[in-house]
Amino acid sequence: MPSLVVAEHDNKTLAEATANTVTAARQLGAPVHVLVAGHDGVRIAEAAALLAGVDAVLLADDPLYAHPLAEPLAALILALADRYDAVLAPATSTGKAILPRVAALLDVPQISEITRIVAPGVFERPIYAGAVLQTVQAPPGKLVLTVRTTAFAATGAGEPAPITRVAAGPDPGLSNFVGETLSQSVRPALSAAKIVVAGGRGLQSGENFKLLEKIADRLKAAVGASRAVVDAGFVANDYQIGQTGKVVAPELYIAVGISGAIQHVAGMSQSKRIVAINKDAEAPIFQVADIGLVADLFQALPEMDAALAKRGYN
Amino acid sequence: MKVVVPVKRVVDYNVKVRLKADGSGVERANLKMSMNPFDEIAVEAAVRLKEKGIAHEIVAVSIGSHQSTETIRTALAMGADRGILVVTEDEVEPLAVAKILKAICGAEQPQLVITGKQAIDDDAAQTGPMLAALLGWAQATRAHTLEIDAGTARVECEVDNGLQTIALKLPAVVTTDLRLAEPRYASLPNIMKAKKKPIAEKTAAEYGVDTASRLKVLGVAEPAVRPAGVKVKSIDELLNTLQAAGAI
Repeated sequence: MPSLVVAEHDNKTLAEATANTVTAARQLGAPVHVLVAGHDGVRIAEAAALLAGVDAVLLADDPLYAHPLAEPLAALILALADRYDAVLAPATSTGKAILPRVAALLDVPQISEITRIVAPGVFERPIYAGAVLQTVQAPPGKLVLTVRTTAFAATGAGEPAPITRVAAGPDPGLSNFVGETLSQSVRPALSAAKIVVAGGRGLQSGENFKLLEKIADRLKAAVGASRAVVDAGFVANDYQIGQTGKVVAPELYIAVGISGAIQHVAGMSQSKRIVAINKDAEAPIFQVADIGLVADLFQALPEMDAALAKRGYN
Repeated sequence: MKVVVPVKRVVDYNVKVRLKADGSGVERANLKMSMNPFDEIAVEAAVRLKEKGIAHEIVAVSIGSHQSTETIRTALAMGADRGILVVTEDEVEPLAVAKILKAICGAEQPQLVITGKQAIDDDAAQTGPMLAALLGWAQATRAHTLEIDAGTARVECEVDNGLQTIALKLPAVVTTDLRLAEPRYASLPNIMKAKKKPIAEKTAAEYGVDTASRLKVLGVAEPAVRPAGVKVKSIDELLNTLQAAGAI
């Protein structure tokens, strides 16, 4: 039977995380169907249908799915699960909320944040903040997997797959969407950015993040942060990179004033190239950095800003 | 209302874990153990509900060896009223944990379960939603703020692009994120008082739950170490290096 990928979207656009998850699903060897549960979701379904490696798209279009609530989405997936050997979702805040519900009701274990498909039914996943990689074998039966998107390249564009409408699932009537405060940023999304500039406790205040943002804007980079500065309220929660925040793997990661606790490194160690700027030459961040600069960031950042301007980064 | 708070004993977050010599698992002997930090936040959130007069009783539950008694005592010292220890030497997977907790909720009839969004050892982030599903309850994961009012929990959740507020019909399961509540340090008098609070000992079999592992761990490994980097002396040298590599 085929595999079912739960599409990630905001009811406007299909998230890149879906393309990463399709790549993981392809590696299971079975045909791949993508479920788009949304409200007025035709365009999202069309985008999903264009992903290479997708054999069919299921569209459940209903006001019930105008916002990603875990209970109705899990109920919908469960209603479709009979036809699938595997259900996959990206390990996003939405995927992580929905899939354990599905697994529990199917009475199968979930395997969280897989980073590699070793063999049929055998998966690698990080534990202890990525300090250890565990290889686990799933029991016979349905697979329920969340996928660490940075570990699987996004699939490209392909021939359009057929889109089939499916009936909405039941409304468990347990929760309501009240509202949301979404980050308004002109910068690229952290999870999709080619370059990430991240700040830590060394920045000392939210105001000082402006120094970092200037660099980010010159490099067309996203801005991230360590847990300490999110806890201190310098920046919003969605900036957090690490074990319990976002996991990113950009081409270039520039860590500024970040000491490099294992919980932070867990969220960025797969970056292609890591630059660390820290005034403490003994900071653990230098152990994972490809290029290190021991410097006071309050001198280094303005200097970098000026040097980038001189080199034509506007 | 009654609040159940599941708490897990884990390797302390400051400890760097090592693999057993035979590669069969993680060496946990003689390591400093603590309550999972997210569960500590859950205890704190529950105690605050009690201080506001919303919760009248907090039951801390742990599933593990007898040493998990210490974890329950920590919760009791923070302000939980009593404990339930489900004794097992098995490493219990999230689904079996959720089944045991479901049975406990059946007996205790809480209006709210608050627990950590993930444990920092297996990083699975499954128990809360699995429990909610098995009970047929509403859930909110990664709570940033929590308000209870007239049979409803209003929860602001940390989502990947900001904050989402949802209203849950009670009873419900809420999992905590880092900013929900800063856990208090237990005072010495409260630590002494906690020693007299009751802890009931149970087994998984009493709840009719099989705790045998369903996933088979084939091995563990350390991730590849990144090759040693270079140090540069100036911003100009840094930018030259990045430009030469085509990284910017």
